[in-house]
Amino acid sequence: MGLAKRIIPCLDVDAGRVVKGVQFVDIRDAGDPVEVARRYNREGADEITFLDITASSDNRDTIVHVVEQVAAEVFIPLTVGGGIREASDVRRMLNAGADKVSINTAAVHRPDVVREAADKVGEQCIVVAIDAKRVSGDDEPLRWEIFTHGGRKPTGIDAIAWAVKMEAYGAGELLLTSMDRDGTKIGFDLGVTRAISDAVSIPVIASGGVGTLDHLCDGVTKGGADAVLAASIFHFGEFTIEEAKLRMRQQGIEVRL
Amino acid sequence: MQQIAVIDYGMGNLRSVSKAIEAVAEDASVIVTSDPDVIEQADRVVCPGQGAARECMAALNHAGLSSVIRQCVSEKPFLGICMGLQVLLSHSDENDGTPCLDIIEGQVQRLPNPLTDADGNRLKVPHMGWSRVAQVTHPLWSGIPDGARFYFAHSFFIVPSQQDIITARCTYGAEFAVAISAHNLFACQFHPEKSAEHGLRLLSNFVHWNGVPA
Repeated sequence: MGLAKRIIPCLDVDAGRVVKGVQFVDIRDAGDPVEVARRYNREGADEITFLDITASSDNRDTIVHVVEQVAAEVFIPLTVGGGIREASDVRRMLNAGADKVSINTAAVHRPDVVREAADKVGEQCIVVAIDAKRVSGDDEPLRWEIFTHGGRKPTGIDAIAWAVKMEAYGAGELLLTSMDRDGTKIGFDLGVTRAISDAVSIPVIASGGVGTLDHLCDGVTKGGADAVLAASIFHFGEFTIEEAKLRMRQQGIEVRL
Repeated sequence: MQQIAVIDYGMGNLRSVSKAIEAVAEDASVIVTSDPDVIEQADRVVCPGQGAARECMAALNHAGLSSVIRQCVSEKPFLGICMGLQVLLSHSDENDGTPCLDIIEGQVQRLPNPLTDADGNRLKVPHMGWSRVAQVTHPLWSGIPDGARFYFAHSFFIVPSQQDIITARCTYGAEFAVAISAHNLFACQFHPEKSAEHGLRLLSNFVHWNGVPA
């Protein structure tokens, strides 16, 4: 009788629409975010994550309205990320109805933003999103680095050291995305998931690469993740959240059903 | 029409709380307010809150809300959620020690780290996600199965001095209190406003509760 492993559908939102790309290109429309969130809530999602990928700053407020609408009728935890630069952005999202806010690039540019935000709103509200990419060759010891700009820009920062640092700065949770796997449907990068999960004492959400229900199970059993995040397998109707939970339970994973 | 005041001290996800109460209380007017007079005149009071203890206490004191909370917890149905529970205790260890409202005698302590379960498996802190809640009989549990899962997001937990005020417990590493009640007060560590159907049922029970413990 413990804590259930969470299944978190992720909605990439661009100018008010849910989209999903393969490795951040080839964007495909997946509907109205409020509608999609409503459906996931009905199916028993444990949490919903919105990532605002709107490029133009003109449309930045759109995500606030989306969160406001969803929070008015969906009573499960909501996480919002994308374009969060400072503690005041965090506050704005929480006021709109988000429960947790995910910080990514801003933390890479200025790690203290994580500390400032956690001091203000509590570490349980602060998720640090880590976009990691394998940089070691086939014959070398495994090594992953932090990348920004949708996986295009290397930072030279070691992913595991970064995860440990972000925990020390006040992150309450890590959202770990493998940029090698994102959109590929060949499964999580279990190596980096396990390495980071073992290195920190805060919860880790595995993301990037889910194509089958067994991939979700592997994220927990082999990757050591506390939650698993996926987008396209749920958006386009291949599987429901409930089917995912049933499979996880069959594999001996504790879920909320 | 009954009025339900949701205390706004700038520290929390007030919109979720007020929307969840509106969803279960069609015949009530839900007011998000920091005005002590409005809170005093409401039929019911909800004190939510997320954040760090020191900021929360500073915000409560700054807004002059401590005395109205003291008054309301002895007069009308009062629901504390998360930090709205923790601030009721005597003292919190958060932020190098923070004196709290001392309405409920007891301490707020950090979850031990490292934390392990009975089998020696490491548990993550914060305690984040859906855990089973073991109930002690109380009207607010009406219609909710014992052991139903609720959503938690916390690194600190309450240690009340009196055991007989505990109305729910949860096991995460060790067993600890996750809800307390005293007369017309009910306060919980988990987030009913984020706990899907069981959470909404608890809020509905609160909205219809006459403030009598049993």
